[in-house]
Amino acid sequence: MTAVPDRPVSTRPDTERTVTDRPVTGDPTAARLVLDAAALSRVVDRMAHELLEKTGGGEGVVLLGIPTRGTTLARRLAARVLAFEGLVVPTGSLDVTMYRDDLRLRAARALEATDIPAGTIDGALVVLVDDVLFSGRTVRAALDALADLGRPRAVQLAALVDRGHRELPVRADYVGKNIPTSLRETVHVQLLEHDGVDAVLLGPARARTDAP
Amino acid sequence: MNRHLLSAADLSLEDATLVLDTAAELADLVERATVKKLPTLRGRTVVSLFFEDSTRTKTSFELAAKRLSADVISFAAKGSSVSKGETLKDTALTLEAMGCDAAVIRHSWSGAPVNLSRWVKGSVVNAGDGTHEHPTQALLDAYTMRQRHGRIEGLKVTIVGDVLHSRVARSNVLLLRTLGADVTLVAPPTLLPVGVDAWPCEVSYDLDAQLPKSDVVMMLRVQRERMGAAYFPSVREYSRRYGLDRARAARLPDDAVVMHHGPMVRGMEIASEVADGARSTITEQVANGVSVRMAVLYLLLGGSESAIGSSQ
Repeated sequence: MTAVPDRPVSTRPDTERTVTDRPVTGDPTAARLVLDAAALSRVVDRMAHELLEKTGGGEGVVLLGIPTRGTTLARRLAARVLAFEGLVVPTGSLDVTMYRDDLRLRAARALEATDIPAGTIDGALVVLVDDVLFSGRTVRAALDALADLGRPRAVQLAALVDRGHRELPVRADYVGKNIPTSLRETVHVQLLEHDGVDAVLLGPARARTDAP
Repeated sequence: MNRHLLSAADLSLEDATLVLDTAAELADLVERATVKKLPTLRGRTVVSLFFEDSTRTKTSFELAAKRLSADVISFAAKGSSVSKGETLKDTALTLEAMGCDAAVIRHSWSGAPVNLSRWVKGSVVNAGDGTHEHPTQALLDAYTMRQRHGRIEGLKVTIVGDVLHSRVARSNVLLLRTLGADVTLVAPPTLLPVGVDAWPCEVSYDLDAQLPKSDVVMMLRVQRERMGAAYFPSVREYSRRYGLDRARAARLPDDAVVMHHGPMVRGMEIASEVADGARSTITEQVANGVSVRMAVLYLLLGGSESAIGSSQ
């Protein structure tokens, strides 16, 4: 059975299509490189520009990354915003493990850090940052977690990769790269801080080592 | 598969580290981010069975379960069928028939939690059984040590006092060994249990010699309610040789901490100025108890199967 990926509607042109479909090696079962380091950096730059544009200059924005790679991406976005406009955007991390709806389906998991800048999100424009947007269940959990932390003025979502297959009515405000996938494929976001290299890989089905 | 926390020996190094790391994240959520309640254990039932008096542990466990949104049924031996002569097994089977996901038990019989774990399907957490073990107390002590010293491996821990009647001492020795600390027990010979030489620790009778090389001193309460005979000549003599007064505390290294599990007998095993001093972790230990017990309940009940503990 081949799943037909439902590609989310995007109003943005796909700016990075030149690097798709380039195999890493000659092995057909190997992961395919979708974004290399330079492309990933340009994507983050564009997302930072979009964030500034859509939030009217970024005032009152708090970037909350979902661990582990979302947190790193949030810091990178903040660094780009600082470079472009000289604006310091507070960044933190939001662990959603305790709010997941699939907790009972797996063994209890270790928690990641939750770090809320300035201790409160009341009145802030919170931008959730994650590496891959997939079923939307992580985002739902994150919204529940946010509700327990305070009352943000608004919540937006940034994802480096949107791979489709949503199971909940969730949509990202900032998308780095739309990658149509089948359910059997896996998307690996690799970042320098964690993996020693910046890349997005599309690979054949295999067990993921980290939570989506 | 449900697992239990019956003994500190049930925890491997990975398990114990997972509990401490989880507790640290939970403490952060509750204290820094001021999340009052997490939805994680919604719909799960935790029964607290306290057949022996307790303020700290009972409150701490029940608060931990409630912060995770579990339903808590509090059971005290007084006012229950136990006072009418019901056995532990019948009480357990009654609770089992009502369906509970976890039972937290404190009992004056050593081994009561192990028995309970054979009769109920849910996870059993030992909250102190007789003079045997009290694993969550050892976990929160380890958490407090790590908070103060930044590590546990290689710490020199001295446990002083009534080891014979202490379930906390045994659990601490086992857990701290797992975590890589070096433990020395200091007590009068009459307050050391038979077979203590087989424990994974050193034994000494001389507190003064031990103090200058201790990173942590843990004072045990002299449990006179459990003493049927005279174990030492007088309170004054015990205090003179094994009590932690100001002069003795001054011989500790600068960064050493003083711990006590409460209830403490001021002036006997510990002087007031030491108990209230900057080295003392006594109130931190109580505060840390809630986070550590949240971590234990989450890791036992939160997933499809327990992440820690023994499957005995």
